[in-house]
Formats: sequence, structure tokens, C-alpha cells
Amino acid sequence: MAMYNDKVMDHFMNPRNVGEIENADGKGVYGSPVCGDMMKISINVENDVITDAKFKTFGCGSAIASSSVATDMIIGKSVEEALKITNKNILNELGGLPAIKIHCSVLADRAIRSAIYDYAQKTGKHYAGLEGFDPNEDDDNETADQKQI
Amino acid sequence: MRQVYLDYSATTPVKEEVLKEMLPYFTKKFGNPSSLYSIAQESKIAVEEARERVASLIGANPGEVFFTSSGTESDNWAVIETARLKKSRGNHIITTKIEHHALLHSCKYLETQGFDVTWLDVDRDGRVEPGDLEAAVTDKTVLISVMFANNEIGTIEPVREIAEIAKKHKITFHTDAVQALGNVPIDVHDLGVDMISVSSHKIYGPKGVGALYIRKGLTLPNLLHGGAQENRKRAGTENLTGIVGFGKAAQLAGLSLSEHIAKTASLRNYFIGEVTARIPDVHVNGGMEHRLPGNANITFEYVEGEALLLLLDMKGIAISTGSACSSASLTPSHVLTAIGVPMEKIHGSLRFTIGDFTTKDDIDYTVNELEKSVTKLRNISSVSKEKGW
Repeated sequence: MAMYNDKVMDHFMNPRNVGEIENADGKGVYGSPVCGDMMKISINVENDVITDAKFKTFGCGSAIASSSVATDMIIGKSVEEALKITNKNILNELGGLPAIKIHCSVLADRAIRSAIYDYAQKTGKHYAGLEGFDPNEDDDNETADQKQI
Repeated sequence: MRQVYLDYSATTPVKEEVLKEMLPYFTKKFGNPSSLYSIAQESKIAVEEARERVASLIGANPGEVFFTSSGTESDNWAVIETARLKKSRGNHIITTKIEHHALLHSCKYLETQGFDVTWLDVDRDGRVEPGDLEAAVTDKTVLISVMFANNEIGTIEPVREIAEIAKKHKITFHTDAVQALGNVPIDVHDLGVDMISVSSHKIYGPKGVGALYIRKGLTLPNLLHGGAQENRKRAGTENLTGIVGFGKAAQLAGLSLSEHIAKTASLRNYFIGEVTARIPDVHVNGGMEHRLPGNANITFEYVEGEALLLLLDMKGIAISTGSACSSASLTPSHVLTAIGVPMEKIHGSLRFTIGDFTTKDDIDYTVNELEKSVTKLRNISSVSKEKGW
């Protein structure tokens, strides 16, 4: 379909890292089915490096593709590096999304932060990249983020 | 790859017979129907023959049918010009929450021009309750517009009852019959409506041509001003080829109406039967009793419609969805919202519309691919029957 590029279609048709890690070190959720997309992500962390990440997403083609590519991006990265990943990085990795679909990549970036936040809460660790992050903040802020892209 | 088109409510292919009838009017018989020499008169005759054919399909007199560029133009003309005409008498309009955008946005525009619009609710099946409509009538009501059949869920509205109420209160009644034409028998005089919008490309005619039926004796000011075309009611050189095609399509639709209804309803019922038997957690949206024969609108729980549409498109299957993600405005279907479908289930809704070229093989292929695609997306989904929404 002409709406998405080949890379997006590949990640949508053959998503990487689908599933849930049992007894994961950190879990995050972002979005809601009422809004049309919800991503759940689970991560394992060893020595401050993300060793595994899996996702489940209810959402459109670009939400699934950005979940897939985002989990690929964080595996093997240190927690601080993963926290630096922005919507823009995810978008670039996907080779771009139609303008109207850009909010779908916000989902993945927020879900990753939520999972790391959960991990930090459980382990009592502090990460500079988490400062000011509130996993429960509402969509008004999401809109503000979108405007910055 | 196999191609299966199941979006006949969006548009239809032009039938071969229709195209054949149109072709000479592009090249040899290209004359402007308003001119006076022979080839122009041939064009004029062709337009009038088409008018008779369209009129015949809706039981109208040819003089009551005016060609336009689209169903949208017909809706705009009927609603906006009636409102302007009657503004000194009253500024109240009654319509429904499930109208096509052509009607909905025309009424929204009128709201900005000092009109009050009552947006009637519909029941779970998508039907307007005539009693609710009558209760909404005030001494300021000048126009009622209720669609004949809904484009998303196929609900056929109680047009005759509404027309009676309108007549009783001496209010002009318009109905958008774009989806109903060629799918439901329509007789304007029997129904007692004042205006009906129809369109060619939903009945295997070309795009870019529609018509407005205006009951004889009803006054409707012009929307487009200019030349004397369409009995001075609608200016602009006639879309000659389009009108000829619309006429032929209307003739064919009239000839095969009962056969078309029986065939599409039977395939639609088979499709719904197969889908509900083979795929768990699906719901048909809208009632089955008063429904367009080829329409199936189904929610697949725990998946999102645009993703499902994409997977089916990869298999050559063309359908549409009520999901917000598929719309340019990112708003979910106003029709499914109006019949009370929860938001998360609107996102997982697909519309399948069956037409004259659909075969049982097409349906079997679609059900198979649908089953695979739904399973695939449910495996990826963060929501499920077990875990809930």
C-alpha cells in the first residue's frame, strides 16, 4: 500500500519481538484501546543494559511497526541510551510515517519510558533520563510533544 | 494476486454496457446540448433519454429530475437552498446523527448561518423513531432531511412515515438516497418525499454525475447560477458522457433490481454466517431487518481496523473501516458512535459491501484471509478476551 514505505510495511507484516517476557524486570503500558492504540512492553535488564524487550500492541499498522522497530532499537542499549530515544529517532528508523500517523510513534517512546520507570521503581535505581517523567501523564502533554516534532 | 472488491458502497465499476453507451459521446457525438445544430441536438436527445431512465428508476416524471455533479451537490442544493428560501418563515431544521458528511456538513454550515438544527438520535439498529422526529417539530421547522439508507451500516430509514409527518406539518422533506438507489425499490410519489439525492457511481455508472429529484410544484432556488441548462435550474454545461452513463446504469439497475437484491442479500447473509461461525468475538453492527442487501458492518474485537484493512489489502481484498486511524480527521465513525458501539470496538470495525460482480468464491477467499489476519493481529494485540480491554 502506497500509504506506508517498505520498511514500515515490513515491520508491520513481520513484527519483531512480539510477546511478553515472563517475570520481566520492567513493564510499561501506553495508550488505550478507546483511543485506538495501546502498547505494552516488557524488558529485561542486566548490568544496566537492556538484554531483551517484547511488545504487544493494539493499534494501526504504524503503531505496530513503530512498536517493532522501537523494541529492536533498545535491545543491547544501556538504560540511559534507551531513555534518549525520541519519537524522532523512531520515525527516522522507520524511514518516516505519513504526517497524520506520527502520533503512533509517540506510543512506543512513552511505553519504553514506562517500562524503564517500572524497572527503576522496582530496583530503586535512578536514571537522569527519567527525570520529570510521569507514566500517568495525560494526552495534553502528548500533543505538546507532537508539535515539537 | 487475486483481487476481491468488497467496497461497493464506496463506488462501483462502470458496467461494460454503460461504458459502451457513453463512448460515442466523447468523440463523435460531442456536441453541446445547448447548441442548435444537428450533433448538438443529438446530445440534447441523449440527455433527455437519460433523464427519463433515471426518473423511471425512482418513479418520477422526467421533468422532476435535475442532473448535478454528485450526490454531494444534490444534498447541498436541496438543504442549503431550502433553508435560505424559508429563513423568513423559520430557522429550524431536523436531521439525524448518522447522515452522510455531505448532509451533515451542509447542516453544520447552516448552523453558522443562524439555523438551529435538531440532530436526531437513532436506535441500536440505526433507525430513527418517527415519534421522536414528530416531537422535534416546532412552528419554526422548515426542513426535514433523513437519509434513505445509511452508507456505513446499511440501515434503511422509515422514509414513508417521516414523509407523512412532514406533509402533516407542511415541512419540506428531503432524503439522501445515494446508497438506496439500485438497492431498494424507490417510488417518489408513493413515498411522498419532496426531494431525493441520487448518484451515478454507486449504481455502476460513471463518477462525477448525480441528480436531484424535485417534486413538481416545489420551489427550490438555484445553487449554481449561469446558463439555462437543466430547465434553468442548474447552470453549467451538461456532463454529457456522465449523464448518458448514469441513464444507462439506471436502466440496467431497474431491469435487474429484484435479481440484484436477492443475489447480494444471499451472499451477504452467507458471508456474515461464515464470519460469525469461524471467527470468535465478532459483532454485526446495525440491525438486520431494515438493511441494504449487500451491507455487512462487523466489529472484530481486540484488533484495530486499519491494521486489518492493510493485511487484507496485501491479499488483494478491498474493504473500508470505521476506525479513527483510517480517517484524515482521526475521529471514529459518527454512525457507529450514534448506535452506541463503544469506542474501542469502533476501531475494530470493518465495512464489507457486496455488489453485482461478487462471487461465492470471493466470499470464501475473504473469509479465509480474514480469519488468518484477525488471528495474526490478535496474537500481536495488547488486549484479548482473556485479559480484557
